[in-house]
Amino acid sequence: MSIVQSFSIWFIPFLIGFILLYGTYKKVPTYETFVEGGKEGFSIAINIIPFLVGMLVAISVFRASGALDYVMMAMRPLFSLFHIPAEVVPLGLMRTISGTGALGMTSDLIATHGPDSFIGRLASTIQGSTDTTFYVLTVYFGAVGIKKMKYALKVGLLADLIGFLASIAVISLLFYS
Amino acid sequence: MVNYIWVGMMVIGFIVAGINGTMDKVNEAIFTSAKEAVTLSFGMISILVFWLGIMKIAEKGGLLEVLAILFRPIVKRLFPDIPKDHPAQGYILSNMAANLLGLGNAATPMGIKAMEQLKILNGGKNEASRSMITLLAINTSSITLIPTTIIAIRMSYNSASPTDIVAPTLIATAISTVGAILIDRYYYYRSLPKGGK
Repeated sequence: MSIVQSFSIWFIPFLIGFILLYGTYKKVPTYETFVEGGKEGFSIAINIIPFLVGMLVAISVFRASGALDYVMMAMRPLFSLFHIPAEVVPLGLMRTISGTGALGMTSDLIATHGPDSFIGRLASTIQGSTDTTFYVLTVYFGAVGIKKMKYALKVGLLADLIGFLASIAVISLLFYS
Repeated sequence: MVNYIWVGMMVIGFIVAGINGTMDKVNEAIFTSAKEAVTLSFGMISILVFWLGIMKIAEKGGLLEVLAILFRPIVKRLFPDIPKDHPAQGYILSNMAANLLGLGNAATPMGIKAMEQLKILNGGKNEASRSMITLLAINTSSITLIPTTIIAIRMSYNSASPTDIVAPTLIATAISTVGAILIDRYYYYRSLPKGGK
């Protein structure tokens, strides 16, 4: 576990250092390029506001009304059989449909359970380890006019399921064994 | 689909609140969560500005091309249908490299370019080819080195160690990518007509 954590801590500074030295070696105007890219980051953060507001309001209405508790109560017996925490099941489903929707659910779970809790870490890993299958499918096939997608959807959804189960296994083994 | 889910969550929430008598909590939730969403987005500005700045240096320095060279042998094996030195190969390589660095904005156009080339290879039919589905499988389980947005959210909620999910995420995403490729292969061989090649 300590190896994993120190890898996580060393990895980012190492990668940044490598990119900076590599850019300097390739004679990239590093500082100016950094500022230019940073502006893109700023507009991404601002553009995401309406998505997050929409999703977080819907999720918290659903939770505050008590509806989420009923869903959890109904699902818990089934999923506890497989050692799957019911709290992250809605996130797993949303992850395949909408990237920003899942982002809203992830931040809601992190806010409710705490970022360093089991659920918080699990939600973070699930959010990071798969991509929005329906979105990728729509954009990539839609852009070039593919109508018969054959077994593509099955492959994408099964890959999401594997990512979901792998996240649970990895977090349980690394942090809580 | 998202539209129905979104409306559904709110409408069901209102109905359940009416039955449960939790309407006051729902009212409060609407306004606090809207505010929280904005605070969260502002909290993410710092790390997104920094990370995209650093990544721009990587992009300008041509790191995408270097990664592409490293991936070439893997891509050859993953896409046996693509002829040697076909432009589709180049686009697929750039798409994978951009995904790895978390450059979603650069990855998508490259992926679409690759799809266009694959469609031409497939005789312009409106049917998905083997390589198209493989490319899709890789993209839906995309490997990202640093999950920037998640780290930003964890920071906003005062995590003691916001980056400690980097290694678990890498492991989980590697498993899901390998899984996606295996499932893709399984369905491909199953879709072949029996007896023939």
